[in-house]
Amino acid sequence: MDMKVQHRHPPLPEQVILGERDQALITLIQTGLPLSKTPYADLGRSLGMDEEEVISRLKNLIDDKVIKRFGVVVRHHELGYRANAMVVWDIPDDIISDLGSCLGQFDFVTLCYRRPRRLPEWPYNLFTMIHGQDRDDVLENVQLLVESCGLNEIGHKVLFSTRRFKQRGAIYRKTEMTD
Amino acid sequence: MMDELDRKIINVLQSGFPLSKEPYAEVAAQLEITEVELITRLQGLLENKTLSRFGPMYDAQKMGGSFSLVALQVPEEDFDAVADVVNSYSEVAHNYQRDHKFNMWYVIAAEAPGQIAEVNREIEQRTGLKVFNFPKLAEYYVGLQLPV
Repeated sequence: MDMKVQHRHPPLPEQVILGERDQALITLIQTGLPLSKTPYADLGRSLGMDEEEVISRLKNLIDDKVIKRFGVVVRHHELGYRANAMVVWDIPDDIISDLGSCLGQFDFVTLCYRRPRRLPEWPYNLFTMIHGQDRDDVLENVQLLVESCGLNEIGHKVLFSTRRFKQRGAIYRKTEMTD
Repeated sequence: MMDELDRKIINVLQSGFPLSKEPYAEVAAQLEITEVELITRLQGLLENKTLSRFGPMYDAQKMGGSFSLVALQVPEEDFDAVADVVNSYSEVAHNYQRDHKFNMWYVIAAEAPGQIAEVNREIEQRTGLKVFNFPKLAEYYVGLQLPV
C-alpha cells in the first residue's frame, strides 16, 4: 500500500466511532424504514434488540448527527423542481462561513459546502446546489441570493447539468452483527 | 400524479419522523387520516419513485465513509468514452455533464479516504486527463426541505 495515497485525505476529526450494534442497525435501515405498524419493534426482531433499544440507539445517532435527518428522501425532479444548477462562488476565506450560513438558509439551496480552490484553473471555494421549477427560476433564485447575502462583489458561476449518467443512493457500510 | 394529500404527507415527513412505538399512527393523526391510508400512500409514492427512500439520511463522513466531488475537462469528442471509464467504477455514485470548461462532475463514495485517491489515480491513467479533486472542507447548514 502506498502510504502517501493513504494520507492524502485524513479522516475528519469529528468522526464518530460506532459500535457493532449501531452499525448493524444502520445497515438494516439504510434502504428504508419498514412500512409497518410498529417499525422499530420489527427492526429489533431481526437484530435481536427490543423496541426500546432500537429507539434509544436511533435517538443517540440523531443526537450525534450520524443521522442527519429522518424522513422522506424526495426526488426533486419528480416533484416539479425540474431544473438545478451547481452554483460556485469565490469567497474570501475570512468571510466564507458567514456567507455559507446566509446561503444555506434559503429552502431552494440543498447543498452548501466549502471545497478547496484549484488555482489557476478553478478559483471557486463555495459550492451550492440551487433548485428551481426551470432554468429561469434557478437564475432568479441565484439573483435573490446575491441580493440577500450581499454578494455583488463576489465572483460566481452557474453550471447547469446537461446530462445525468448515474444516480444511486450511496450504501455506506455492509457489516454484520456477530453476537 | 400526486394529489393534495400526497403533498401534505411529503411536507410533514420531510421535517422528521417520530421515534415512538407506533410512529405511522402518530403522523396519520396529525394529518387527520388513518394509519392504513398513510402507509398505503407511502408505498405508492415509493413504487412510482416520487420518493427515493423513506428512512434515515446519514452523515457518511461521521461513519468513517468518505466522499469527494471530482471534475474533469473532457474534450467534446472524447466525452462518451471518458464517461464509460468513470461510470465503470462502483465507487462513482453519480456523474453529471455540465456546461462549463470543467464539463464532467462526479461524486465518489468510498469507505476509506485512500480509495478515493486510488480511483482518481486510475481514472487519470486510463483517460490521460488531469483529475481535479474537491473534497468537502466544511458544510454549512441547509434546511433540506423543499415545499411541494
